[in-house]
Amino acid sequence: MAAPFDLTDDSVVVIIGTGAGGGVLANELAQKGVSVVALEAGGRYLPEDYVNDEWESFGQLAWTDPRTTSGDWRVAKDFSGLPAWIVKAVGGTTTHWAGASLRFQDYEWKAKTTYGDVQGANLLDWPIDGAEMAPWYDLAEKKLGVTRTNGWPGLPGNNNYKVFEAGAKALGYEEVHTGRMAIMSHDDGDRTPCQQTGFCFQGCKWGAKWSSAYTDIPAGEATGNLEVRERAHVARILHDDTGKVTGVEYYDADGNLQMQKARIVCVAGNSFESPRLLLNSASEMFPDGLANSSGQVGRNYMRHMTGSVYATFDKPVRMWRGTTMAGIIQDEARHDPSRGFVGGYELETLSLGLPFMAAFLDPGAWGREFTTALDSYENMAGMWIVGEDMPQETNRVTLNMDVTDQYGLPVANVHFDDHPNDIAMRNHAYARGIAVYEAVGATRVFPTPPYPSTHNLGTNRMSENPRDGVVNRWGQTHDIANLFVSDGSQFTTGAAENPTLTIVALAIRQADHIAGEMSRGAL
Amino acid sequence: MNTPKTPRGMTRRQLLSNAAILGTGFAVGGGFIAAADAAWAREVQALQPQTFATLVQMARDIYPHDKVGDEFYVLAVSGYDTPEAAPAIEAGIAALDAAARGKGFGSYLDTGWERDRVDILRGIEDSAFFQQIRGGLVTGLYNQKAVWPIFGYEGASYEQGGYIDRGFNDINWL
Ligand SMILES: Cc1cc2nc3c(=O)[nH]c(=O)nc-3n(C[C@H](O)[C@H](O)[C@H](O)COP(=O)(O)OP(=O)(O)OC[C@H]3O[C@@H](n4cnc5c(N)ncnc54)[C@H](O)[C@@H]3O)c2cc1C
Ligand code: SF4
Repeated sequence: MAAPFDLTDDSVVVIIGTGAGGGVLANELAQKGVSVVALEAGGRYLPEDYVNDEWESFGQLAWTDPRTTSGDWRVAKDFSGLPAWIVKAVGGTTTHWAGASLRFQDYEWKAKTTYGDVQGANLLDWPIDGAEMAPWYDLAEKKLGVTRTNGWPGLPGNNNYKVFEAGAKALGYEEVHTGRMAIMSHDDGDRTPCQQTGFCFQGCKWGAKWSSAYTDIPAGEATGNLEVRERAHVARILHDDTGKVTGVEYYDADGNLQMQKARIVCVAGNSFESPRLLLNSASEMFPDGLANSSGQVGRNYMRHMTGSVYATFDKPVRMWRGTTMAGIIQDEARHDPSRGFVGGYELETLSLGLPFMAAFLDPGAWGREFTTALDSYENMAGMWIVGEDMPQETNRVTLNMDVTDQYGLPVANVHFDDHPNDIAMRNHAYARGIAVYEAVGATRVFPTPPYPSTHNLGTNRMSENPRDGVVNRWGQTHDIANLFVSDGSQFTTGAAENPTLTIVALAIRQADHIAGEMSRGAL
Repeated sequence: MNTPKTPRGMTRRQLLSNAAILGTGFAVGGGFIAAADAAWAREVQALQPQTFATLVQMARDIYPHDKVGDEFYVLAVSGYDTPEAAPAIEAGIAALDAAARGKGFGSYLDTGWERDRVDILRGIEDSAFFQQIRGGLVTGLYNQKAVWPIFGYEGASYEQGGYIDRGFNDINWL
């Protein structure tokens, strides 16, 4: 069972955060016999605890510690204290996620080479490529149980999908299907097959959707090599005179400051908290924060070009029934500059319950234009747009010295301005999404602005050259050999695809590397 | 509990007739606000009855749903009827009435058409008061479970075994 490790045990790997990156890394290392202490700021919630109720679930799972925003993105106006809609719980945002699990396309690993210079964009090629990642993607798809891989069937299409598919086919789109989803479409004797409850965003009560909360984490704990300390908020990473990290300071469930020693520290707190922690760990030796000799910690924040299109029809759809993300159009996920922008985007069905629809359809709107849309809620279909956005140096996470959290630590300020490429792509995607629904008789369409970010990427990016980024091809920081970044903040560029399969594949690969280096005595 | 006041120089009869004109069925008196059909009734705690009635009307005008009864709007704003919240609400509604007078009406409730009230609200929509009321309604109104069936929304489904056998793919008009 779960191993308790001593605070003074300096042989352990400390992992900060237990989401897609941290949760997988913790299990993979534990399976290889490595001793791991995973520190998670949130509490532990399992399928029996999840609730089929949007706001109640938000209260249970969401990260609501203070954050601030700036920049021209609409989120800064509509949700100024909530730049991201992500989770603070064991399992991280894999409790919330919809499960769309797509590989990057080969060209997307090499955005700078493929797109050339894009003014205002801080583009860079990843130091790794599709061929190198292929075997890790194989392992990730197996772990997550991704439909349409490994011979597993796709999920059946729900009402929302059927509307979407009919419109897509009418427009001549060809790559249209019910997606590659980390949701069981078959019975593997472990996770229950999807029961089409909806509420995928609120935590899957059947455990049909993969989440590290009830798969990797208990599997790791069962080895006896992993201890997960929940409600443990890491405040600072510590280092010695040689510049090696030696452990972390964290606030435990009772608010007491503790110090855990470590041989290696892996940061996986999602793309706001990971850079915030590195910046908050500034010392005399590292006045700009840990691993920040490049000055890139916190920069190049990406959130995917997103938006939604909802549409009403003259007859019922009842889009909330069944999987939240029930299908995809992939034809626009290609690099074709003749459309007026570089990179591509995916269209994926999405539904929100009535309470969230009221909050997100057109934040701040009121009056009959808005309320008649909700009057037709039953007749509504919806899709989400997810495309590659441009990394910009000025889109960044910084410390807001004027605002502190419950521990007195400066909070993250998230600054974001849309790049012209993002705007051109969004407008193209709105037009295509609207066309899909108009092709099947939409009576009204709603090009809905982006929600608080769900995909947060790039703030500790991977680079070949230490000047250009924070971590190397293994997620190891360029500056400090025993400090790793293990979450989505490693992303050099965002690609058009939902990020989690790639985060998981990178974590499996990183575990293999760390365990190998440890046994070689190199770490 | 409060004795009925007729603020801003209105007689109680005027107040009642305004309510009647509105068709929302407000009867105000004895601190007791009730719908004409008694579908809901509520005793005002800290706000003036007229203030509360105006607030309820304002809530409906911000998020008008003709099939949603007053009781849901009343519940959505009843959280403001506390000694702590009341002074700001009284001030906000006073400003709303002043805005209405600026447009030639006796008060916000002294209007006939929704469009007149919407016009008044447009004039104050950037105010903190308006934004507080509007923001509160997003959850206060739409997160009432009892309101969901009016929109056809079915809420939790796990307890019924999801929709796998209950119509997740039953669309028949495509
Ligand atoms: C509604 C929604 C739908 C989504 N759908 C999809 C999808 O379909 N497909 C897809 O690919 N992706 C999807 N995503 C995105 C996906 O959830 C994230 O990409 C992924 O979970 C990110 O992994 P991560 O490891 O970077 O961070 P997370 O999973 O967010 O984990 C970070 C963890 O670190 C903890 N933490 C942070 N700071 C500290 C600290 N100082 N001390 C201790 N712990 C800390 C947090 O509490 C959290 O548990 C979705 C996200 C949302 C919100
Ligand atoms: S629709 Fe399927 S995956 Fe989503 S919450 Fe329900 S059972 Fe889980």
